[in-house]
Amino acid sequence: MAIHGATVLRVCRAVLGPSDADDAWSETFLSAMKAYPDLPGDANVEAWLVTIAHRKAIDVTRATARRAVPVAETPDIVTAPAANIRDLDLDADLVEAFAALPIKQKQSVAYHYLAGLPYTDVAAILGGSTDAARRAAADGIATLRRTYPGVTSPEREPR
Amino acid sequence: MTTDDVTRELARAFPDNPDHLRELHDRLAAAALQDGVLDVAYRTLDTTVGTLLLAATEQGLVRVAYASENHDTVLQALADRISPRVLHAPSRLDTVATELDEYFSGRRRSFDVPLDWRLSAGFRRTVLNHLAADIGYGHTATYAKVAQLAGNPKAIRAVGTACATNPLPVVVPCHRVVRTDGGIGGYLGGVEAKRTLLTLEAAA
Repeated sequence: MAIHGATVLRVCRAVLGPSDADDAWSETFLSAMKAYPDLPGDANVEAWLVTIAHRKAIDVTRATARRAVPVAETPDIVTAPAANIRDLDLDADLVEAFAALPIKQKQSVAYHYLAGLPYTDVAAILGGSTDAARRAAADGIATLRRTYPGVTSPEREPR
Repeated sequence: MTTDDVTRELARAFPDNPDHLRELHDRLAAAALQDGVLDVAYRTLDTTVGTLLLAATEQGLVRVAYASENHDTVLQALADRISPRVLHAPSRLDTVATELDEYFSGRRRSFDVPLDWRLSAGFRRTVLNHLAADIGYGHTATYAKVAQLAGNPKAIRAVGTACATNPLPVVVPCHRVVRTDGGIGGYLGGVEAKRTLLTLEAAA
């Protein structure tokens, strides 16, 4: 179960931002551990965890909205100790562009591209059709490509 | 820029932070312990025979594994055979770790932590029970002698298999079983580890 920790945290950060992601992650895994005996043996654990994380993220978003009127937009701070400054700037831009996407697009991109779930699973989580999930993800990626053209800068080391 | 570029950059923009993840895991382990939903707790311990993996259920110590057994593989096997509710949670293993530390520094001759025998069954388990009960610190017994103790003098090879598949090495002392011809015999942690343990016990 714990081997999916990194993926789920990534998804929580993408959908919620860093400040609420930890709570959503913790609640996801604790309720997954409680619910695990009911999980069918052939279930896809990662899809199941992302489904729980999806619900927790909705709960957290509601709770945050109820709690207070936000004073100012909290900047999304990306902690990447190994990355150099230029990478950090680029990543911060991308995180900002990502955060500005409509929620459905954000979720579709995160669940498909960050968690690696097929669109059928993404659709099951979001409650729409597979085509709708695919379209939302494609729209999200298209927006990111449009608003964030400078990712692959020429001076960057080849990978 | 292609879709692949965007997704690769996205994965970079939401990076893994191992330290942070470890912190979250620790918090989760504490909460899971408290709520009684942690089936297997584990930790590692550095010793003179390498890094040991220690795993415990609520019943007791269930697995001790040498690095040569590959700790990831062992954890996966625990998840498959016992429960996927496996977390790094050292607190459940504090006593075991302390006793092992004392053993490796020559200050302890026997272990009195509860053991969970569920990974061993049948004749193998009978053999291991006899090892734990009948062959004391600093002593050795031959495979033939242990077969006799376990009630089946002909099952010498089966004793070898029981030792080779001991889920609780060091604590259940399969290292004290040697060959009739005086040879040290094999060991699941490597012959070098067996020699280290026997030398340690002989010196005390």
